[in-house]
Parts: sequence; C-alpha cells; structure tokens
Amino acid sequence: MKKLPKEKVKPFVEKLLQDYEVLGPMETAGFASFGRIMSPGELKLNYQNSKKTPKEAFFPQWEVMFRYRSTGQSVEVKSAEDTGRRRILFGIRPCDIRAALLLDLVFDSLDFKDPYYINKRKGTIVVGLGCNHPASTCFCTSVNGGPFSREGADFFMTDLGDGYLVEVLSQKGRKLLRGFDGKEASEEDKERAKAIADSATRGISSVIEADGLMEKLEKLTEAPFWDFLHEKCLGCGICTYLCPTCHCFDMADEAFDLKGQRVRCWDSCLFPLFTLETSGHNPRPTGRERIRQRIMHKFNYFFYTHKAIACVGCGRCIIHCPVNLDIRRVIDDIHRE
Amino acid sequence: MEEIQNKIRREVVQLLSEGQVDVVIGFEQGSLPLRATPFFLRDIADANRLVWSPFCENNLATYLTKIQGKRVGLIAKGCDVRSVVALLVEKQIHRDHIVIIGVPCQGMVDRRRIEREVDGEILKAHQEGEEIIVEGRDFRKSLPRKEYIYPSCKRCEHRNPLIYDTLIGEKLVEEAERAYHEVEAFEKLSPDKRWSHFSEETSRCIRCYACRQACPMCYCAECFVDSSFPKWIEKGLDPSDVQFWNIVRAYHQTGRCVGCGACERACPMEIDLVYLTQKINRDVKELFGFEAGLDLDPPPPLSTYRVDDEQEFIK
Repeated sequence: MKKLPKEKVKPFVEKLLQDYEVLGPMETAGFASFGRIMSPGELKLNYQNSKKTPKEAFFPQWEVMFRYRSTGQSVEVKSAEDTGRRRILFGIRPCDIRAALLLDLVFDSLDFKDPYYINKRKGTIVVGLGCNHPASTCFCTSVNGGPFSREGADFFMTDLGDGYLVEVLSQKGRKLLRGFDGKEASEEDKERAKAIADSATRGISSVIEADGLMEKLEKLTEAPFWDFLHEKCLGCGICTYLCPTCHCFDMADEAFDLKGQRVRCWDSCLFPLFTLETSGHNPRPTGRERIRQRIMHKFNYFFYTHKAIACVGCGRCIIHCPVNLDIRRVIDDIHRE
Repeated sequence: MEEIQNKIRREVVQLLSEGQVDVVIGFEQGSLPLRATPFFLRDIADANRLVWSPFCENNLATYLTKIQGKRVGLIAKGCDVRSVVALLVEKQIHRDHIVIIGVPCQGMVDRRRIEREVDGEILKAHQEGEEIIVEGRDFRKSLPRKEYIYPSCKRCEHRNPLIYDTLIGEKLVEEAERAYHEVEAFEKLSPDKRWSHFSEETSRCIRCYACRQACPMCYCAECFVDSSFPKWIEKGLDPSDVQFWNIVRAYHQTGRCVGCGACERACPMEIDLVYLTQKINRDVKELFGFEAGLDLDPPPPLSTYRVDDEQEFIK
C-alpha cells in the first residue's frame, strides 16, 4: 500500500492524462456528474454520489453502432466503435463499481457478448474511491456492497485527509503506478484508513430488507398493491436514467436518402413507447404495469437470471425523484403485503 | 401552518365521509428533509397523514387528467388552481368531478438552493415561524423562508386560488407585480450569447421527460417524441434533437403555461429555460390579452379565431 499526498494528486492525474482518457466526478451547473476531464483541476473528488452515473463510460446514453451507405449495387457498413481507447474511470464510488459488475452480467455473459460494451469496459482501468461519508439515502450494505468494497476495482483510494491511501488490486491497476510519485504507506495510515472505512460502514443508516424480496414479489404480480403504488409516479425517466444499473435500450436507424446510422440509446420502462408493439397493442398500458416492471426487473427477474439484485443502494432514485417516491418505502410496503 | 393543516384534514374527512369524493389528492410527509410527497387519500383513517408545509412543491393538478372517471378532492395552491382552470378551459376535466380545496400559498421553498447553502447533507428540516431550520451532522442553520422560495413563487401573482369549493385559511395580499425579468434579461443578450446560453442549458438534458410529466398541461395522449410512425424526432442526444425537444415542449405551451415552475422543479439537470415560456406568455398576453388559467370563459387564443386578431407579426 502506498500513500499519495494531496498535493501530488495533480501531477499524478496530469501524468495519467498523457496516456489515457480520464473520466471522473466533476462539477456541472452546481452538481457532481461523471464526465471526461481534460485537466486535474476539473476533478471534484470530495463528492457524495454523482448525479449522472459512470455507467455511461461503458454504456453511453446514445451511441452510433455503425454507419451504412448504399452505393446502388451494394451496401457499405462500417462500425463506428473506436477500439483503441485507453481510459481510466477515476474516483468512482464502490456502489458504482458494483453497478458495472452487474452490467457485466448482462452485456458480457456466456449467452450474449456485446462488443460495444465489452470493448469500452475492457479498455478501462477502474480507480475506486472509498466513500467516507455515505449519504442518509445510501443502503449499499443491504445489497451486497459497502462504502469501502474493493470488488471490481483495479486501484483503490481512501481519503485520509492529508492524502490518499492507495492500493493496487490488479495487473491493470499496476500500470498506473508508472506515473506515481508517492511513498509507502505507514502502519498508522493503514490503521487510519481502516478506521475511516469502519466508521463509514457503521454510518450507513438506510436499510432495505433484501432477503425474501424475490420470493415475495413472485406472489405479488397481480396484487392490488400496484394499483396504488403508481398513482403518484409521474412516469418520467429520472429513476431509470440516473440509475447505475438500469440498462434497457432501444435501437433505431437514423437514415436519410441512401445513408444512415444505427444508434442505440437508453430506454425507460416508465415510458409509454417502451413496450408499444407494432400492432398498436401495449402490454404495459399504464403506470401500474410500468412501475411494476421496474421493481420486478430489479428485485425479481434480474435475480432469476443472474442471482443478484439489480440495485446497488446508491440512493439516486430516492434523491432525484420529483415526487419523492422512495424505493426504500416501496420495498417496506412489499414486505408488508 | 399547523392550523391550516388541521383545517385541511377536517375538510377532507368531511368530504370523504359524506361521499362527495372518491379520493383526495394532497401531500403527506416526504421521506427526505425538505420534501413532502403527493398523497392519494381514500380512507379517512389516514387523514392525519395529510400535511401542509413550504415543501409541498408539486403541482397536483397534473394528476387530474390521469385519474379520469373519479370524483377527486384536490388540495390546491394558487398555481394548481390556475392549472385546473386551464384544463377546464381546454375541456380536459369536468368541474363537477373535482372538489377544489383551495389553500392560499406563501410560496414553496427551493430545496436545491437550500442544500447549496450548507456544507454537508441536510438530515432534518422544519419551519419555525418565518425561518426554515436545517440540520446536518455538524451544523444547524436558519434560513429566511421568504428568500428561499422558488423563483416561480417569487413571480407568482395569484397566490390565492382563483376558484375553489372551500378555501382554507385567510386570503393573502398578492405581492408580486407582473414582470418578465428573465425574458427581458435574455433579450438584452447578443444573439451569440443567447445561442450559447440555450445550447449550454439544453446540453445537460437527458430526455427523461420529467418536465413534461410534471406539467399539468402536457396531457397529449401521444407526445410527438413518442411517435415512432411518423418519427418526428430522433431518440438520442444529438444537440439538434435535444434542442428540438426543448423548443417544442416550450412552444406547445403557448397560451397554456401558468408559470407554476413544475417543469423546472422536476428537472434533474436543473435546466433553466424559463425565459422561453415567459416569452410566449408575454407574447400571448400582448397579442391576445390572454393569460392561461385566470378565466373560465374565453377560449384559448390558439384554438380560436377573431377577425380583429393581431396579425402584425405575419409578414
């Protein structure tokens, strides 16, 4: 383990910027979001959870998959994917790393290999940052995570106040040490890091009851519960678009004349168009079916397929819902049903 | 506040027990500090969950077009009532299906602005007289409520509900004067600056459509962005599509926007395009002498025609 004093962060990131595209938490319009940084000064590492999630690094809201053009006799198709990118996700919270691990189950499984996702994911080094002050809306410890979980990180940092305790956790992470100008961490630093992690974990005040949730939902498909749950939901896409694990998408051709491009973009189960069929029939005609889909997908269907809950407890959907429809309360209510 | 809250509860109990309504839409305590949350009340036993506070920021009229066929009691602020009037004028709801429990409104507090006033997370908030008290792990701060109300509330000229079946509490003196400050400031900018402001604001848009969903007037059975045949707009984040969406959303409000600010409050990306709706509101006022949600009689100007209509702008 090493220690990076705070004043050495800037030169360290500068060095990384020479060899990599660096994506990290930054401030946009007064709030933290994840984006590509061009200079170390743009990084805002003392953030709680960013508003937009780092999932965009692997699964952008909108991407061109390929472009095509007809020459009259034949059609030329060209992939739009850039395969040579070397990137770092810098300062990502453990919950968001866990989200990436869950997305891996979808986009990089034995059955389906999504080259667009895999290419971006494989070319990215993940620099985790422990979460010293989890928000009151955080419940990562209820869903197999933790504010200092190292799972999925290549390189992990703990904010000690005067510097960062740095751990290399994979071969990929080791590469970052090349530009590293820190010293070995002292025993005291390590102990301090442990104390910070323990106190953060103890500080998680929100809990959801994940045990038995899948089975409970199994019996609730047609319960009257859903008739009322959706009433105050506005049917916007905030909770899905700001969710680090939501991954539904739509594909469309943007074509004009003899050429065009196929794009993939996020979709939301709360939107009317989501399951609208060509015939005009919509199997999810109202908010009732749509919000049920959101809950079921996260806590039941995903569990069926991947043996994990598709929620990392980051609390974004709680904080940003315009009508304060709180997933913690929804889960409590489900258990009470 | 507490007195108003108690009166609301009593009124609601009466409405429900007399069978005048099937459901009452109001607010209950939210799960987060600085938040109340919309509440659909059917059982009088739950009436004591109803709250009235400076955190009741949602425009509840937006639910009226979604809950058709039921008799609804609506706890309504001045702006909610303007939306009700606008929806009645557009014949989207039936007056005899709605019991309006009007509540004069002193403005709702801008939770994001308050959050930015403190270092650290706010864990508790309440009102004490004219102050909003917020508390966190290692701070307690008192903020004057009046200074922290939403910009749309500061502009509000109709804090008192214009129509109602019951009015809770005393009417307030209207304080704001007609002003179009935001659009006037915008108009003073050079075209380049206007363009860069507009492009920057819209560049944050994630097309979650929270603005549309929060708006009582956005009730189209199929919004143009949701039409795939014909396809009017692409689905991605190409700036031209995002800008197109934001412009059409604003312009479809012509003669219809009541300026409640629900769109801004719902926007997770805090996009500020209020000057667009203010611009159309001012134009409609100047050209047709019409303001949305004030009067039940005149037809909305864009759905009618008069020989003496202003036509100077047709070149």
